[in-house]
Amino acid sequence: MNRTHYLAAFLVLSLGMAGYAKAQDAPIPGSQAEAYWDKDAFKASQDALKEEHGGGSTLFLLADRFEYQTNEGLPALFLGGQGWWGTDENRLWIKSEIDYDLDAGRFEDAEIQTLWSRPIARYFDVQAGLRHDFKPGPSRTYAVLGVQGLAPYWFEVDGAVFLSEKGDLSGRLEAEYEFRLTQRLILQPRAELNLAAQDVPELETGAGISTAEAGLRLRYEIDRQFAPYVGVNWKTSAGETADYIRARGDDTESLSFVTGIRLWF
Amino acid sequence: MFTRRHLLRTAAAGSVMTASAALLPAWARSANAGNTGIFESRGTAFDLTIGHSAVNIAGHTGHAITLNGTLPGPLIRFREGEKVTLKVNNTLDEDTSIHWHGLLVPFHMDGVPGISFPGIKPKSSFTYEFAVPQSGTYWYHSHSGLQEQQGHYAPLIIDPADADPVQADREYVLVLSDWSFEHPHKVYARLKKDAAVYNFQQRTVGDFVRDARDNGLGPTLSDRASWGAMRMSPTDISDVTAAAYTYLINGHATEDNWTAIFNSGERIRLRIINASAMTIFNFRIPGLPMTVVAADGLHVQPVETDEFQIGVAETYDVLVTPTRARAFALVAESMERSGQVVATLAPETGLVATAPLLREPPVLTHRDMGMDMSSMDHGSMAGMDHGSMAGMDHGSMTISDPVAQTHDHRMGVGVDNVAMVRVSRIDEPGLGLESVPHRALSYSQLRSLVSNPDTRAPGREMEIHLTGNMERYMWSFDGVKLSEITSPIIFHEGERLRVTLVNDTMMTHPIHLHGMFFDLVVDNTDHKPRKHTVIVKPAERLSFDVTADHVGDWAFHCHLLFHMHAGMMQVVSVLPRGASDIADTGHTADAPAPAQPSEERAQPYVQVDKQHEGHRR
Repeated sequence: MNRTHYLAAFLVLSLGMAGYAKAQDAPIPGSQAEAYWDKDAFKASQDALKEEHGGGSTLFLLADRFEYQTNEGLPALFLGGQGWWGTDENRLWIKSEIDYDLDAGRFEDAEIQTLWSRPIARYFDVQAGLRHDFKPGPSRTYAVLGVQGLAPYWFEVDGAVFLSEKGDLSGRLEAEYEFRLTQRLILQPRAELNLAAQDVPELETGAGISTAEAGLRLRYEIDRQFAPYVGVNWKTSAGETADYIRARGDDTESLSFVTGIRLWF
Repeated sequence: MFTRRHLLRTAAAGSVMTASAALLPAWARSANAGNTGIFESRGTAFDLTIGHSAVNIAGHTGHAITLNGTLPGPLIRFREGEKVTLKVNNTLDEDTSIHWHGLLVPFHMDGVPGISFPGIKPKSSFTYEFAVPQSGTYWYHSHSGLQEQQGHYAPLIIDPADADPVQADREYVLVLSDWSFEHPHKVYARLKKDAAVYNFQQRTVGDFVRDARDNGLGPTLSDRASWGAMRMSPTDISDVTAAAYTYLINGHATEDNWTAIFNSGERIRLRIINASAMTIFNFRIPGLPMTVVAADGLHVQPVETDEFQIGVAETYDVLVTPTRARAFALVAESMERSGQVVATLAPETGLVATAPLLREPPVLTHRDMGMDMSSMDHGSMAGMDHGSMAGMDHGSMTISDPVAQTHDHRMGVGVDNVAMVRVSRIDEPGLGLESVPHRALSYSQLRSLVSNPDTRAPGREMEIHLTGNMERYMWSFDGVKLSEITSPIIFHEGERLRVTLVNDTMMTHPIHLHGMFFDLVVDNTDHKPRKHTVIVKPAERLSFDVTADHVGDWAFHCHLLFHMHAGMMQVVSVLPRGASDIADTGHTADAPAPAQPSEERAQPYVQVDKQHEGHRR
């Protein structure tokens, strides 16, 4: 190494150090107050500032349909609800449907989904996670991938595909709409379609459209968070799913009158 | 001390006080509790204790966070240029703070935790010390959590060092506010879960039938379809309404009949402060014209009007001269008209002014959505490409031309709409006041009483979009919440900038910049009105010129408390001279030099800020 090299190295080093020193002296945008206060205390308040202005978490619980049904004269209790906890960006999302036959004194359906939800569009979230069905039949666990949100013209929609531990693929589509008759009296039509990619005899499900459901509920919002309602709900089975049901001597269609409350926290 | 003096005066007055009036400082009391409108009690040292208090609101007891135990807190009054010392004692078990709204304090005294100081810890005290070169009507409030909604606000008056150009026989402070018996965190959480939870003015099937009958089925269907396609509601005007709020004047609900008294022919100065968390008010005194003499604390050329919209955090001083000995109603109606608060201005106590009925609620239009193509003059769009902007004199820009533009701020899930057509609405009085049968004030009528201190043409222009997603209740600037920002907005000491705010949302946002007054671009005058807070109407494009003369970090946010809480906030860093090349990361090569005095610049120019280059037209 000759003298020119040393000189060059020295120059580079001193320029670098000078630059570093200057960078240390320069005010950091957004942290200029650090010079006046205890650094750690100020840093903690900066973190709190961010947390409190767009970074907070919310807990939401909704019992959308908590109702007493008379299924062609047979009484049942039904709970369909969901809830979430988290920020704008990441939410733990729980969905559940539970159907209890009061006459037979047993659960007909009981499923719970635990999902991670992330917004992917202005009005839509993508959700992925697990679903576990305790009932009907042998319990099953599914992987879930779905999309939930608000479609144009104010349709609340939810669609998901389910892949069971046995490798069976199925899907579900739900849509809801609200007619505001008055500021507090709301008529809500609702439709649900269940589909399967293959026959699953243990669960009495056939490939294709398995079941469809349509409901009409009229609620009165005493408070936005507490609304009693009355309505009708119609369920039908199709294709091979209907064959399974006919084979055990049950009706493939049922019309029930429902009365319940919708509430959220 | 100041508080004690108030107590003594009240005791001397020997008035019969109700339980709630007894808890109020003299300035906030009704005439029947001894307030005759003369309360000049200045000081230079103030003690303020922040704590929990039970307050009586419209006959019900609520829990408040108060200053010296009252809602609103004590009036702080001092003289321009005097050094004041304000000792704040925090008895809460949470952090608190006081921000001196509109005061040109050193930035580390500005009272915003995380920006100007670390906040005031529980069971500790903090002393603010400053002298400010300004006078007028201001206020102070908490900048911590949602305490402001809970009662942590009060008026502040600075008397001019010289004679006040506004002379009056009496003066009253009117602090307008919104009170909720629900905890503000609960109110906010409800909005997060259902943004329309407090809207009881939504369009119903009955409205559809009526509109179809009046306008025909086809047009009604197409109207509903266009709103439905956007998933927006024309009645989405205020997030929180009278469904949750009791509106107050000086802590009094309508039924408390707060009264100010006058002698016929007297000139009365009303210092009106909107200290609400979420409520934009329309203020009027039916039958009594008002002469606006100050806006946001600073004097304006007197302008007579009958009604004005006052955004959250704005202040107006008006003069009224009632010549008839009758009771007048002081009416503050919430912008969406779900509720109002009425007080009385009367020649004697014991009178109750007749409260007007609430007016028909306003409804948003496609213009508010930024979809009104009919107002577009395509001719005016010629030459809107960026190249032709260079060398363009600001004076020749016609601010009223509708502007169609591409947007390029972050289009994340937090942005539900981008106004396609942005218009200047500075000559409009505000939502719901377009068609009232009397005069209504617009910003374009305001002119500063004195000429603007800095009349240089702006050396740099910056465009900031107001963005949000109503369904998700997310609010932001340029699609980025404060919780997500990676760098603040940079101003350089001494430079003169033009900041253009573009409201992409359908809501009205009162936008507040700490630490500096900005000059609203109303036209090519050197008497632009100078403000600290400005209402930006739906789909509006509005500009202000500002001189970055106070080095430091300053909060910049929507003053709707829950919008700010949701993230609609940024930090403006005014960097000292010479710091720009290092600290202004991202613009190193193009960082504009501090602006030179205007006489040294032959040709004013517009330079689009590189950080915001996506906003160029």
